[in-house]
Amino acid sequence: MVSFLLILFASLFFMGFVLRTKSIASGRKGPGILQPMKDIIRLWKKGSVFSKTTSFIFQIAPTAYFTSVIMAILMIPHGSHPGLISFEMDFVMFAYILAFGKFFMIISALDTGSSFEGMGASREALFSMLVEPAFFILMGSFALFTGHTSFHSIFTTLHYGSQISYMLGALATFVFIMIAMIENSRMPVDDPKTHLELTMIHEVMVLDNSGFDFGVIMYTTNLKFAMYGAIISNFFIGVLPLEYSIPLFFIIQLGFAIAVGAIESFMARFRMGHNPQFIFILTSVALLIFFGVLLVLGKFV
Amino acid sequence: MEKHLIELFNLIAIIAIVCFPFLKIKGRGILTLVVITVQVIIGSLIAFSVFSNGLIDYSYSGSFITGLIPIRVDYLSAWFILVISFTFLTGAWYGLQYMKKYIDQTSNVTMHAVAFILVYTALIDICIIQNGIVFLVIWEIMAISSFIIIIFEHNKPETLKAGINFLIQSHICIVFLTIAFMWIKVKTGSFDFQSITAYTSANPAIVGFGLFICFFFGFAIKAGFVPFHTWLPLAHPAAPAHISGIMSGVIIKIGIYGILRVLLLIKTDMITIGYFVLFISVITGVYGVMLAIVQHNLKKLLAYHSIENIGIIGIGIGLGCLGVGYNNQILMVSGFGGALLHVLNHSLFKSLLFYSAGNIYQAVHTMKIEAMGGLLKRMPRSAYLFLIGSLAICGLPPFNGFVSEFFIFNGLFNGILTNHFLFILFILFTILGLVVIGGLALICFTKAFGIVFLGTPREPLGDDLIAERPLKMVPLYIIALAIVFIGIFPVLFSPVLLKTIQLYQPVINLQSNIQIASLLESITTIGLYSLGFIALTVILFFVRHLIVSKRNTCTDVTWGCGYTGDASKMQYTASSFIRSYRKLAEPILQIKKGKVNSTGIFPQQMNQVTHPYDKVESWFIDKPLFYLKRLLNRFVFLQNGNIQYYILYGFIFISLTIIVPIIIEKISILINFLNHL
Repeated sequence: MVSFLLILFASLFFMGFVLRTKSIASGRKGPGILQPMKDIIRLWKKGSVFSKTTSFIFQIAPTAYFTSVIMAILMIPHGSHPGLISFEMDFVMFAYILAFGKFFMIISALDTGSSFEGMGASREALFSMLVEPAFFILMGSFALFTGHTSFHSIFTTLHYGSQISYMLGALATFVFIMIAMIENSRMPVDDPKTHLELTMIHEVMVLDNSGFDFGVIMYTTNLKFAMYGAIISNFFIGVLPLEYSIPLFFIIQLGFAIAVGAIESFMARFRMGHNPQFIFILTSVALLIFFGVLLVLGKFV
Repeated sequence: MEKHLIELFNLIAIIAIVCFPFLKIKGRGILTLVVITVQVIIGSLIAFSVFSNGLIDYSYSGSFITGLIPIRVDYLSAWFILVISFTFLTGAWYGLQYMKKYIDQTSNVTMHAVAFILVYTALIDICIIQNGIVFLVIWEIMAISSFIIIIFEHNKPETLKAGINFLIQSHICIVFLTIAFMWIKVKTGSFDFQSITAYTSANPAIVGFGLFICFFFGFAIKAGFVPFHTWLPLAHPAAPAHISGIMSGVIIKIGIYGILRVLLLIKTDMITIGYFVLFISVITGVYGVMLAIVQHNLKKLLAYHSIENIGIIGIGIGLGCLGVGYNNQILMVSGFGGALLHVLNHSLFKSLLFYSAGNIYQAVHTMKIEAMGGLLKRMPRSAYLFLIGSLAICGLPPFNGFVSEFFIFNGLFNGILTNHFLFILFILFTILGLVVIGGLALICFTKAFGIVFLGTPREPLGDDLIAERPLKMVPLYIIALAIVFIGIFPVLFSPVLLKTIQLYQPVINLQSNIQIASLLESITTIGLYSLGFIALTVILFFVRHLIVSKRNTCTDVTWGCGYTGDASKMQYTASSFIRSYRKLAEPILQIKKGKVNSTGIFPQQMNQVTHPYDKVESWFIDKPLFYLKRLLNRFVFLQNGNIQYYILYGFIFISLTIIVPIIIEKISILINFLNHL
């Protein structure tokens, strides 16, 4: 329950901090922290235009996407406080429930019969497929490291003993930030600010969404960021009591938001054809972590 | 009691086939459905009685060739009887409706119905008979009647070609099985399956492994493990839809049954077997789905997905074997449990997908994905059922596919915690494989569903309004319900699964293991979670509906960047959707490409074709066949068409069979004589 409320709260400000970082980095004052959220609320009040080609799939997809992310968030623990739903191997469920939402977004893009949106759908499908192994191997390494197999039990028993394990923690954080960037279609894989359809992934999928549904999709992106931020914060919270862990949670979310803003300000987007290579690197880093854990545990023969 | 049920089961099939000539064509169709239904009821009764009262074990005296014919129905047989029966029930129901279009081809349809009953009867008998030679005979009946039901549309040359390919490969499978059974017969003098146990436990592990390989190759051809899968993508598109559904759903599963049965019987080093099966299965799964994505024929795509799912089942079996070998109960339950449950799940969603594909075929008369589009508006019921099937086959919650994959993931992540380095490496490899399979399946089915049912038609399609009759849709609804039911209440199946898995580990009581209890708890939570997910989606969608209906909404054309003309030709197509994937996978796959570019000031028509081909098929089937043909062409003079020559060949053959033994005998006498000197 704690983590659910914290993530909901963090999602309200997350994008604002990202935007503010980007503005400061480019020498502007930038909009207020709540501006992205205000934009979303404005969208929620608007009417919508639906394409004649679309069907029921297009109507339900944003809701399905949103629900899948909410259900995924329910599983995230906060330090020693388990998520609302916690069971053995819940991270498998986590990955698959997110995939459910993605499935619906992809087919809703194809539902418009557009000559652009299929492109985004195709890329989203491919990139999210490529990023999945990194997540699973990372969770496998954590399971191996701690001897437990659920989000809650892994994060409560995660202790950094030797120097090498700190390095592994840093690498894992890096991989998770990159997974979050890819899952949310941000730099360096995708640039939400280019308005050229040929170079976009996620944005080109939702060209035909408008009004309330579009607001839901935008808000879901914020939620997803906050969700990944919460997972990363769990790497460090451990079993700290709430009065320390909640400020730490927000510090980490803030750090994550600033990191996202910094990456978006100082990195160029990769050429679309180079993205798969970059995502493969994540899998190999995850493999490195896995073998590092084997080394730490002395299981390496 | 059960003995009489089994006899009745076979008797009904025979009586029905005898009755066929005396009925009109409509009556034959109805009789087929009635007979299958009655048989399914009897089969289920047998299975239920096994699960509640324990094993059935009796034998017939047999003849001097076969020896004693034991009939043993244990939990494994009962599980497969239930799975096979359910799919055959829906298949017969759907097939009756599907076949109404072909009612004027009287003899063809009758033959089809006869073979259909025979296949079902043979499949159930295969599950219960434990005598090698009788098993082979029934297997042969099953293979030949499957061949007949596949080549229903035998006036098309490609159907006949696929059918003959199936027939030949089925017989290669029978060759392997015959060798294995003969091996046992020669060594022990008995065809009884239990002599396999006696023989392998008395001999070193390598003998058992060799015997297992023999059986495995035989059953793998039936099940469609890579590289033995090449008949599968040809046979599925050729067969009528209900047959494709049944074939993919249960006929190939009889191969899985065979492997599981042999694993129960052979007593050897299970660890080697486990690694072997795991390795082949991961390759099978990944290769199957990799090829499925590039297919542009809907049924062929689904056929390659069967190979993928056989891979997932195989991963479960491999894990289970390793669990038995390392004496790790949780691994065993996750592995075998996942495999057994996936057998059921796959039979459900794959038959649902094939039946919906059949509806599409009867409406638009093509299976080319590239031509389709916008079918959701024309046949909404088939579309939503296909969507449920797609979500389930991708292993997404809240549907049944997820539950079985969860079992396997549970085994894999628990396997990581063990202390064997080699084992951990294999687990890592398998996790990678399974995750890639899941991701690729998502690409594949977003493509299949999105291009076929959404958007607008890409080519003018035929319009046949009879395709979606309500009566035809009933079996599909039943399957869809079962899919959701298993997704929400998976825990109801756990007692049955545990009983079956207990066969592999009779010593330790699985119910009392803590890890297994926690697995069952997770499974229960998953069901509730899925239910919560469905409920939340419905509630939020309702809320959204209330909000959106208050705002002013309007409809317009899809945004076309300023272009307002007919954009149906400019839509994303199946090949463009998977283009970036194809570029990545090109080194592994074999894709023939042809391209005519536009040149000059006044460009002529240009085109581009991509034609995927199976690399394994070209290596293992086409190349050897090519060399074999080249060798045999040297002897083509023997086949000169003169009947006199053929009589001569016969005469030579008979003379040789008589003379050669005599000569050998004389020589041995001579040698004996010389030895005495």
